[in-house]
Amino acid sequence: MPYLGGEEAQRELRRALSNPHVQADPARYRGAVLRVIRLMSQGADVSGLFPEMVKAGAVADVVQKKLVSFYVRAQAPRQPQLALLAVNSLRKDCAHPSPAVRGLALRTMCGLRMPGIQEYLQQPLVNGLRDKASYVRRVAVLGCAKMVKLQGDCEVDGALVNELYSLLRDQDPIVVVNCLRALEEILKKEGGVVINKPIAHHLLNRMPDLDQWGQSEVLTFLLRYKPRSEDELFDILNLLDGYLKSSSPSVVMAATKLFLVLAREYPDVQADVLVRVKGPLLSACTSESRELCFTALCHVRQILRSLPGHFSSHYKKFFCSYSEPHYIKCQKMEVLCELVNDENVQQVLEELKGYCTDVSEELAQGAIFAIANIARTYTEQCVGILTELLGLQQEHITSAVVRAFRDLAWLCPQCTDAVCQALPGCEDTIQDSEGKQALIWLLGTHGEKIPNAPYVLEDFVESVKSESFPAVKMELLTALLRLFLARPAECQDMLGRLLYYCIEEEQDMAVRDRGLFYYRLLQSGVEEVRRVLCSPKSDPSMGLLGDQSKQPVNAWASEFNTLATIYGRERWALATAQQPVEPSHSCPPCADSSSRDTESLVSEGNKEVPEVHPDTPMSEGNKELLKAHPDAGSLSLIPDVSLTAEQFEKTWLSLDTCCQLSLPWCGPVHADTIQTALRVVHIQTIAMSKAGAQPWKAYLSAQDDSGCLFLTELLLEAADSELQVSVKQNEAKPEALQSFISALRTVLEAVAGLES
Amino acid sequence: DVLEAFWGDFRGGFGGGTEREILDLGGLHFAHVRHGGLFFGASTEGDASPFTIIEFLNRLVTLLRDFCGPLSEKSLGMNLALVGELLEELDFGHIQTTTPEVLRSLVQSEPEVPKPFSLLDLGSVGLFGAETQQSRVAPGAAAARPLPPARGDQPPRPELFVDVLERLSVVIAANGSPLKVEVQGEIRLKSFLPPGTELRIGLTEEFCVGKSELRGYGTPVRVDECSFHSSVSLAEFGSRRVLSLRPEPGEMTLMQYQVQDEIPAPLPFRLFPTARAQPPNRIHLYLKLRCDLPPKSQAINVCLQLPVPKGVSSLSQELSSPDQSAELDLGSRSIRWEIPKIQGGSQLSALFKLDLPSLGRAWRLELGPAHASFELPGLSCSGLRVRFLRLLPGTAPRWVRYRSCSQHYVLRL
Repeated sequence: MPYLGGEEAQRELRRALSNPHVQADPARYRGAVLRVIRLMSQGADVSGLFPEMVKAGAVADVVQKKLVSFYVRAQAPRQPQLALLAVNSLRKDCAHPSPAVRGLALRTMCGLRMPGIQEYLQQPLVNGLRDKASYVRRVAVLGCAKMVKLQGDCEVDGALVNELYSLLRDQDPIVVVNCLRALEEILKKEGGVVINKPIAHHLLNRMPDLDQWGQSEVLTFLLRYKPRSEDELFDILNLLDGYLKSSSPSVVMAATKLFLVLAREYPDVQADVLVRVKGPLLSACTSESRELCFTALCHVRQILRSLPGHFSSHYKKFFCSYSEPHYIKCQKMEVLCELVNDENVQQVLEELKGYCTDVSEELAQGAIFAIANIARTYTEQCVGILTELLGLQQEHITSAVVRAFRDLAWLCPQCTDAVCQALPGCEDTIQDSEGKQALIWLLGTHGEKIPNAPYVLEDFVESVKSESFPAVKMELLTALLRLFLARPAECQDMLGRLLYYCIEEEQDMAVRDRGLFYYRLLQSGVEEVRRVLCSPKSDPSMGLLGDQSKQPVNAWASEFNTLATIYGRERWALATAQQPVEPSHSCPPCADSSSRDTESLVSEGNKEVPEVHPDTPMSEGNKELLKAHPDAGSLSLIPDVSLTAEQFEKTWLSLDTCCQLSLPWCGPVHADTIQTALRVVHIQTIAMSKAGAQPWKAYLSAQDDSGCLFLTELLLEAADSELQVSVKQNEAKPEALQSFISALRTVLEAVAGLES
Repeated sequence: DVLEAFWGDFRGGFGGGTEREILDLGGLHFAHVRHGGLFFGASTEGDASPFTIIEFLNRLVTLLRDFCGPLSEKSLGMNLALVGELLEELDFGHIQTTTPEVLRSLVQSEPEVPKPFSLLDLGSVGLFGAETQQSRVAPGAAAARPLPPARGDQPPRPELFVDVLERLSVVIAANGSPLKVEVQGEIRLKSFLPPGTELRIGLTEEFCVGKSELRGYGTPVRVDECSFHSSVSLAEFGSRRVLSLRPEPGEMTLMQYQVQDEIPAPLPFRLFPTARAQPPNRIHLYLKLRCDLPPKSQAINVCLQLPVPKGVSSLSQELSSPDQSAELDLGSRSIRWEIPKIQGGSQLSALFKLDLPSLGRAWRLELGPAHASFELPGLSCSGLRVRFLRLLPGTAPRWVRYRSCSQHYVLRL
């Protein structure tokens, strides 16, 4: 932003600064300098005043020196020649009797970001490291790191590093912490400061002298140390015990993390620590500072991933308050969902029900989905509440409820009847595409249980011309055809009209294709239609899979108390992916990474199992192609193999890969299409990353009639690369393997071909 | 530019509820806290501890308040040099120290406090019980003044403020039984005493920690958990409930405690609603609000928010006294019933008539729950009192103030 009148102001200030009368009066002199700073902070160009300001820095007044120091640091990169002027007077100040002035001068010099400053810096810094005032030593230690950073790629000075390591024994606690910080920065390339046994124990002994910031930082550095023996480990844990009770949340969390990481092999110790951190975390969750509250809530969710019932008795603390911002309410609802048990389900549902009528639509829908989530376990109560909500006849609520019903009918077939009774009347309220699709799907799939289903669909058919979402039209086609199979008399006429419209008048190619496909399918006879369309109406196993199974504490211990927890894994991966290379120092030592990877193979929180219905949109050609492909002669896969995620994971870990191949792939992955395509050739999807996740993974299983299992992993590192396929087999049958792979390859190539 | 990006996000998405504490700006993480309309931010590369960042920013706000007085955009602008000096001592990201006493010796600018234009200092109203004599009351803004600089000309006026602050979280079921009762309390100290003065604080003798402990003969003051500042010595706490410490100048939180499920006094408010539909398009809502505080106490700034069904277009009201007011807030779709003051033991009533285009089947679902917000000056819900404050050596004016306020007070209909 250009600052108007800057020229004029600058001229006037120059006159003031060089006026001997002003210079003689300290208060007026300081006032003038302050005005320069104020102008600078408003974005005005004050670079022309450099000589006057440097001169103003040479007075006895410390406040004025500090102000000039601001100015010089901000302006030096633009005027390196003039900045040398300042260096001279600063070097003089480095020998000033007052430690405050010495420290200030040193700090200012280290903050001059200009080439060639190092040669002037070296000597004062070395002197500073040996200064008798701790204040100057603190500044000098950090100054070393700044100097090395300015140097860029040069070799790191070994003598300097040694000097800093020896300063770890300094008597001033802040100097010690600063040494750690400086070494960390200087040795970034080599993986940061090394914590060996003597250093670790020295730091542990100095802990009581440090303030909360120093303590939490040292605790983080200690993560890097690996005790040699069990005794040593427990000695350390005993020493650190008091910090779990600190009044500062940052110290408590840093200590907790250290406990979790050090006691990697002692689940009892970990469990004990997590019990003790409950109190501090809960009080942070109810803190007045909403930012602290949010951070704590994220950590509560992380702990719940391993210990689902951990906070159940405190569920009331997670009730939302009226004035809280949305992001906190959303977190609290997620937590509430996970805390539900037999005792508190009534109260939690009562509370969530209150949120469903919130004035914010986003929040209201969030609450409805939270209830739907609980409905997987406590179906009856939840369906009752959801049905009651339909009575409000509000667009966003009805839409969310119907979407929740669709998923419930798919996951918990026992509630289908209740859902079907609640549906009539919803069609007038729903306006959005998602909600309409859900309603149409329910009407089509469970139409025989809903008396007026054909008439509701008829209304949709009547208004299909004005329908703006192609996805709704596709859903309508499929649903009507399914209903036609169940109640032919009532549907025949409108099915004809709909097909006619889709084939003759529809502009959208996909809808038209689908229409044509169904038309031809009908020509080949009802039996054929039945065979293609009557896929299962529910799949309870997916619900179980969606329930996150318990995750070992070690899977997230290294993420505890880091930003990764706040962002969530996916967003964190995205955020770090943008950085060139994350130096390894930020990863605390953890169990070797490969074993960690496999531990969380399926249960990892960010892998969601998409709830796909057998007839999700899929173009006609796609299906035909798949059908046309004869399943390789010698192999016949069994249609419904029931393999749970746990079984899969166990088997997968116990087998060796027997075949690997990579297929060309470009563009994003359409999970639905792949899943549907694989289902056609009887390959089941066990788990799949969210669309767009990087790397994208999927786990598949299939079984042939002789009982031989084929387990497959699909891995797509980044978009527009190759899809890595690895297959494992539980019996060595090379022939069957070959046929399986050729079938899989055909399917994947077909899908890839269609999508590109 | 970090700030530009932050403002972009702020204008773009925050209103829609997507506010985040920590923004990712291409490998740089920007965390912020909000205090009275001001944003305090910090940026970090790599993987820092979120608790440390947030705690530090909160601490920074307290420090700035200690040094500059009440915070506002104006006061920060006026104290630019002082704020700069403070940040300098934190050495731009490597936190050196946040102890006010140490910083006071390093920071030399003098604070400038913006003068309020109004002669009527509203801060002095209501912080103390009404029965307190005017002469014994310190002006409300006294505790908010900045710390004097270490090398000030005149010796600073020694004074000590102890605030017992409690926040209530309550959910009352439709039948009047409390579902959740929780009190978050803290004792806050603001000291203007010369460094090195020893302070002894005596708490209620009947103060018990945990469910099972029993002390004294009066009604026990029970808390479930409490934690103390690291500088507090608890040598006499076990026997006589005395805390001793040498307070640093400036603000600090001495003790935090929580009470769950049981509090000695009855809950301050009960609501008795009657709602009747008047077909075709009207709802009659009769509310009776009873204040169960002791007769000498009062609640101030009471505001009851009651969500109403969607589509309510107008409201007519009959309130029991003229100082109350009520309005329909279409933004939050609720009735705001504001009552400046309620005396303990009294009862207020209001009749609202709501007009809406048509009455749905389930209009009752959308009515409520009501949320109350209020302040209770001079009261601590847990019953905790400070018995005495003793200074050693010397003496100075000492003030103890109690205040409870609602954090979350829900009355289900």
